[in-house]
Amino acid sequence: MNLEELESTAAHERELCAGQKCRLRVCTGTGCASAGSDRLTQALRERAKERGMEGEVTVTEVGCLGLCAEGPLVKVDATDTLYQNVAPNLADNVLDSLTGEAAGITICNEKQPFFARQNRVVLENAGHIESDRIESYIARDGYRALLHVLAEMSPADVVAAITQSGLRGRGGAGYPTGLKWSTVAKANGPRKFVVCNGDEGDPGAFMDRSVMEDDPHRVLEGMAIAAYAVGASHGYIYVRAEYPRAIKRLKTAISRAERQGLLGSSIAGTSFSFSIDLRVGAGAFVCGEETALIASVQGNRGTPRPRPPYPAMSGLWGCPTLINNVETLGSIAPIIRCGAPWYAEIGTEKSHGTKVFCLTGAIKNTGLIEVPMGITLREIVFDIGGGIPNGGKFKAVQTGGPSGGCIPEQYLDMPVDYESLREVGSIMGSGGMIVMDETSCMVDVARFFMEFCMSESCGKCIPCRVGTAEMYKLLTRIATGAATMNDLSKLEELCSMVRETSLCGLGQSAPNPVVSTLRYFRDEYLAHVQERVCPAGVCPMTARKGVATHA
Amino acid sequence: MRDLLPKTAPPTADKRWRIVDTAMKRNGYAPDGLIETLHAIQETFGYLDEPSMRYVASSLRVPLSKVYGVATFYHHFQLKPQGEHSCVVCLGTACYIKGSSNLLEAVRTRFGIRSGETTPNNKLSLLTARCVGSCSLAPVSVLDGQTLPHLSPEELVEAICALDDTEEAAQ
Amino acid sequence: MPETLTNTEVVTLTINGQEVSARTDETIMEVAEEQGIRIPALCHISGLSDVGACRLCVVEIQGSPRLQPACVTRVSEGMTVTTHNDRLKAHRRTIVEMLFAERNHVCSVCVSNGHCDLQNLAVECGMQEVTLPYLAPSLQVDASHKRFVMDPNRCVMCTRCVRVCDEIEGAHTWDIMGRGVDSRVITDLGKPWGESDTCTSCGKCVQVCPTGALFEKGVSVAEMTKRRQFLPYLKTMREVQK
Repeated sequence: MNLEELESTAAHERELCAGQKCRLRVCTGTGCASAGSDRLTQALRERAKERGMEGEVTVTEVGCLGLCAEGPLVKVDATDTLYQNVAPNLADNVLDSLTGEAAGITICNEKQPFFARQNRVVLENAGHIESDRIESYIARDGYRALLHVLAEMSPADVVAAITQSGLRGRGGAGYPTGLKWSTVAKANGPRKFVVCNGDEGDPGAFMDRSVMEDDPHRVLEGMAIAAYAVGASHGYIYVRAEYPRAIKRLKTAISRAERQGLLGSSIAGTSFSFSIDLRVGAGAFVCGEETALIASVQGNRGTPRPRPPYPAMSGLWGCPTLINNVETLGSIAPIIRCGAPWYAEIGTEKSHGTKVFCLTGAIKNTGLIEVPMGITLREIVFDIGGGIPNGGKFKAVQTGGPSGGCIPEQYLDMPVDYESLREVGSIMGSGGMIVMDETSCMVDVARFFMEFCMSESCGKCIPCRVGTAEMYKLLTRIATGAATMNDLSKLEELCSMVRETSLCGLGQSAPNPVVSTLRYFRDEYLAHVQERVCPAGVCPMTARKGVATHA
Repeated sequence: MRDLLPKTAPPTADKRWRIVDTAMKRNGYAPDGLIETLHAIQETFGYLDEPSMRYVASSLRVPLSKVYGVATFYHHFQLKPQGEHSCVVCLGTACYIKGSSNLLEAVRTRFGIRSGETTPNNKLSLLTARCVGSCSLAPVSVLDGQTLPHLSPEELVEAICALDDTEEAAQ
Repeated sequence: MPETLTNTEVVTLTINGQEVSARTDETIMEVAEEQGIRIPALCHISGLSDVGACRLCVVEIQGSPRLQPACVTRVSEGMTVTTHNDRLKAHRRTIVEMLFAERNHVCSVCVSNGHCDLQNLAVECGMQEVTLPYLAPSLQVDASHKRFVMDPNRCVMCTRCVRVCDEIEGAHTWDIMGRGVDSRVITDLGKPWGESDTCTSCGKCVQVCPTGALFEKGVSVAEMTKRRQFLPYLKTMREVQK
């Protein structure tokens, strides 16, 4: 497909949509799907047929509209209204609203901060396109960036544009994407690879899932542009087995793109060829680590290896390999389309662009949000998130999953960017944001994450394998009221030792949740150890008073 | 070269082995298709047993110990037959702070199984997930592939009982 | 595994304040050894590939935010390395302590008492007592092989047996199963060693095992000395191949 054909496909699809008198967009994101949006779609179609509105009403299934807390959501384009909590039995009410007054269904205010404060770049298509139809993506300027790059830019131009945009890796550490691309581009190798890291393993995060499920072509386009820039001809998408829908949709997307000549050999009539294979993970968090992911793609146990050499020099089968996360690759097409300066404008001095977060936990508006970097935590939690439900009091927000930390109230006005989060002992991570109120015990939270790291540790290096188990044991002593002050200081020693000596990022950051809770909520630890009480009333504290059993 | 080597026959005459063979063929019988092949076996037969692992090892020319090492490294792979119904309790952060451990406890009390176990009559398997990515619906469980949102322990037990025959599992 | 470097050059680096020259295809460990500096290590054994897993050999490199394992880190021009100081000593001591706490290492009843790498490391790193909680799960001893015994309670998961079996004997009978603190060395499909179809009973795994986890039948407490005379040949052979 060349640019002309792409444009005519886009025009045709837009016409088709415009021709539909009344288009209903039903959100089929995970949240709404579990709340019954699949049944709602069916009901809407059946009722429309029975009421003879078949020709006028088109029911389309779209990706996440964002406000998962109020699902299922339905957007009526003709009246520009969003309805929330539309149970399947309310299908008739939705159809009634097309001709007259809306009754019995709740209108969702799209002017509320939850929507108004967002800036959607990666999620620009979510809620608009039908993920299984490539035409739908093309109609919203899809693959335009790829064809532009192939026709007008040299690989070096692309790398320069990404560097100029200031985009940083959205998988956690925030390594400059342009720098990574240029390293791979410069590396020598008989073959090169591009890998999309879709092993979103952080508990409490589902951004990448949404992107892969709702807008799979965006990921493919980003990979193809990356491949052109670094000189790769083959790519892999590594997806978790826990995301069957994402796997299915990516598979469909790959075959559609191949059929349209947007993937495969001689893309758009140029000499550039790029094919993509899907690799399904099998339940190992550590495979999010680059070298472990490489081992896993090659069919091995997902154990990391010491770096250097970095995958950019020696990755898959010893060849230079570019590994980027889903959200990073999802940002590529808009950057090319709208220009690097436009993207660099968004955000702060060191962290440019937008970031997708999953807002969950003790918060009113749970859901998926995309905000400019530099927004404050308070704006996210209280404006966008709508604050703590049931009159609860904010206690902390956890970012960065098992590698991150808990941020207390005093830092709510801090801007959200890579450096600020690191300064307060957490990390950006992949974008999970779990809000906790007074009913959460920080020792319990730390113990939860340590259990996670312990069972997700690959077991290769001693500090992580034994250290996480030891720290978990000590935290269990604290949580059961069996710990002494000696145990607490032992725990702190282990934290710094495991951090400094572990082989990979999993071990190096495993102590973070403990360190950050000790830093801000030390009194809670002391209450557990010295007074043998759990202030939040969460921990079991089953050990007998005054008896330090060696658990 | 590989074509010259004698082909290993599937462990049984079951026609479904073709699905597994296709998966291996797709990767050109290369050793790096090991995980993909194990996925195919588990999807087809429900779990990985010894004959199937031996078959993969000899077909892909991968050492037996490596096949076993990989199969046990990844928690998605099951080495024992699973029950007719599966209940996956999500233990992600959002679910955890909203009380998913109570869900596990409720299933344990009612059906007498812990995570990773199957009831003696092979009706129900209880599993846990690190995060199923439905955090806005916490706490969630996935019952036979269907995500159940905002669950209370009672609701989960009720939903399990509503699956046919699982009622007997309690006895 | 570090890739083979095709064009090596000679560089100058500083180890513990002493200037030395070395080739860029050498690791810090090798260069230190030539200088008579011993860096404690457990998973590293000359003649087998290096995995950088035990973390005992981690050293400080000026300008690097992280400690690097000496066994796999190649030297470069102007590198300034510190192999011994209080911080590294404390870390090494804790690592050895972790190993003692992880499984059941009671020297007085062990066949390798007095000839044990772990025991020597404890002395070298100054580990006097175990202050961490013992994990020590009770694991089944495998005595099914006609000549050898495997006692997982004394295993330190260094994977020397796995590597020697794969890289030298070519049998790949050993591998690791499970993960994290639950990982174990296994033969074939996790079946008893004696039932293995692939084991050639060459015994190399027993000889490279640093502790009393793998030993010959018939030896009693403190009688199991490991014969590693074949290892220097392997190293030379590998270098010739390179």
